[in-house]
Amino acid sequence: MGNHRVIIVGAGPAGVRAASAVVRAGLRPIVIDEAARAGGQIYRRPPENFQRDHEALYGTEAARARAIHEDFAALVPHIDYRPETLVWNVAEGHVWAAHEGETQAIPYDALIVCSGASDRVAPIKGWQAAGCYSLGGAQIALKAQGCAIGHRVIFLGSGPLLYLAAAQYVKAGAEVAAVLDTSPFWLRVKAAPKLAAMPELLWQGVKLLRDLKRAGVPVLTGVTPVEIEGDTQSGVSGVTVRHKGAVKHFAGDAVAMGWHVKPEAQIADLARATFAFDEATRQWLPQTDADGRAGNALYLGGDGARVLGARSAEVTGELAAMAALADLGLSVDADRRRWLLAEKANYANFAKGLAQAFPWPHELVAAIPDEAIVCRCEAVTAATLRASVNTAHAQEANRAKAFSRVGMGRCQGRYCGHASTEIIAAARSVSLEKTGRLRGQAPVKPIPVSLKRNDL
Amino acid sequence: MSARFRRLVETDRPQVSLTIDGVGVTALAGDTLMVAMLTNGDALRSSEFSDLEPTDGRRAGFCLMGACQDCWVWTAQGERLRACSTPVQGGMEISTHQPEATWATIA
Repeated sequence: MGNHRVIIVGAGPAGVRAASAVVRAGLRPIVIDEAARAGGQIYRRPPENFQRDHEALYGTEAARARAIHEDFAALVPHIDYRPETLVWNVAEGHVWAAHEGETQAIPYDALIVCSGASDRVAPIKGWQAAGCYSLGGAQIALKAQGCAIGHRVIFLGSGPLLYLAAAQYVKAGAEVAAVLDTSPFWLRVKAAPKLAAMPELLWQGVKLLRDLKRAGVPVLTGVTPVEIEGDTQSGVSGVTVRHKGAVKHFAGDAVAMGWHVKPEAQIADLARATFAFDEATRQWLPQTDADGRAGNALYLGGDGARVLGARSAEVTGELAAMAALADLGLSVDADRRRWLLAEKANYANFAKGLAQAFPWPHELVAAIPDEAIVCRCEAVTAATLRASVNTAHAQEANRAKAFSRVGMGRCQGRYCGHASTEIIAAARSVSLEKTGRLRGQAPVKPIPVSLKRNDL
Repeated sequence: MSARFRRLVETDRPQVSLTIDGVGVTALAGDTLMVAMLTNGDALRSSEFSDLEPTDGRRAGFCLMGACQDCWVWTAQGERLRACSTPVQGGMEISTHQPEATWATIA
C-alpha cells in the first residue's frame, strides 16, 4: 500500500464509486460524510429500525440504490470512514473536519469532493411561511421519515423532481392539491430530441405525469406564481398563480418548491477551484477537465461539480478518482476511462435537454415584488436588495450582500444566492454574469465556537 | 396546535417521550427531532428577525438536509440542535426559544 493520502468528501453515489476506485488501486482513503448512513440524498437511507425495502423507497432506482449501499458496506473495512462529520473548511492542503464538538485538520495529497446538490429555489412572495419546504426536503420527509410535509400539499416549481416527488406523495397516500410548473409544456416538446439521449428516463417522466393525472391531481404548466398565502403564526394556507390569463387559487397547508438542483460547491470554492459562468443554466460552476480535475490536487465528481443526476454521479465520481490516481502516478484502466467518458457525455446531453425543458424562471425572479422576502434567514426583502444597488450603488453580489445582508444569513446564500444575482442584474440592467457570484466562506455551515482541536 | 406533518407509513415503531417547552409529547423511535416536533405541533421556532417589517413569524424548517439551518431548536441546557438531522431520544427536553446568551451557552 502506498503512502498517498486521499480524502473523499461525500458518501453519495459519486463518493462511493470514487472510494471503490481508490480502494481498488490499493489505497485506504479517508471518506468523510455528513450523514449518519451512506447513500447521499437520492439514495438516502431511513434509520435502521424502518421497514420499507429498497423497492418501496427508491422505485425504479431500487437496484442502483441497493448496489450503492451494499458496495459501500463492503468497502467500509478498507477505508477510514468518518460519518456524521462536517467538512467546514479547506485551506493550505488540509481538510478541516468537525465531529461531535471536536475538529482536526487532515492533510491530503488528493482531495476528491463529491458534495452533491441542493434545491435551486426561486423566492416567491410568502415563501417564508411555516409549511413551505424545498422539494428535496419534501421528498426526504417521505423517504427517510415516512411523513408528508402537510395534510394537503401543493407542488410548485419545475423539473423532473417536481413530478417525481408529487407522484411519490400520491402513491404513499398523501393528498396532493396541485402540481404547478412554471415551465410551459411546449419547451418539453422542443427538448425531446435531447431528452431522448436517455429514453428510459424520458419514459419514466411520461409515466409520472400519467400517474398524477389518473389520481386526479391538477397539473398546470406555464404558471406564473403570484403568492404563497399564509399567516405568520399558522403558516401556509394556499398558493395563487396566474395560468392562461386567469388567476387560480389552490388551498393547502404545505408547499414543496424547487427548480431543479444546483451544486453544493462551497468546499470546491474553498479548495481553490475556478468558477465559470454557464449561460445555459444561468449559474457559476466550478471548472474541471472532462475527468474532473480542478487543479490544486482537487478533483470533483457527481452533482457537486455539475448536475447530471444520480446515475451520472456514479460515473463522474469514478472518473474523478481515476484522475486523482493517475496524477499520483498510479496506473488506471484506459478502456474503462474511455467508457466512463462516453457515458458522461450521454448524461450531459440529457441534462441539456432538462435545462431546456424546465428552465430556471429568471424573469419571474427578477420581477419579484418589492415586499417579497429574498433572504429567508434574515427576512430581507427585494426592496432592500434593490436599494443596495440603486441607492448604495453595489455593482456585484458580494457588495450587495454587505449592504443588504442577502446571502449573509445562516444558509450562507444557498437559498437566495441565485435569486439575488438575478435581482441585482435586473436592477442594474446588465447581464447576469456581470453581477458575479457569492464567494464561499468558511465555515461552510455554522459550527460552535466551542469546537476543540483534537489533533494538536 | 395541530400537527404540521402527517405520518403515512412506518408507524409501527416504539414510542418515546420528550418535552417541548415543558409540555410532554410522544414521538416514535427513529424520528428526527423535526418530525417528533412537527407531528405534535406546527412550528419549531420563531424567526429572530420577526421584529422587522414585514414580520415573518414562526418557522418549521425548509430543506430537511442540513443546509438551510432553519430548524434550530435548543435543549434545556442551552445546546443548539439542528432538528432535521438530530435523532429524537426519549427524555429530551426541547425549547423552541433561544435561551439568553451567557458564557455557558454562547457556544
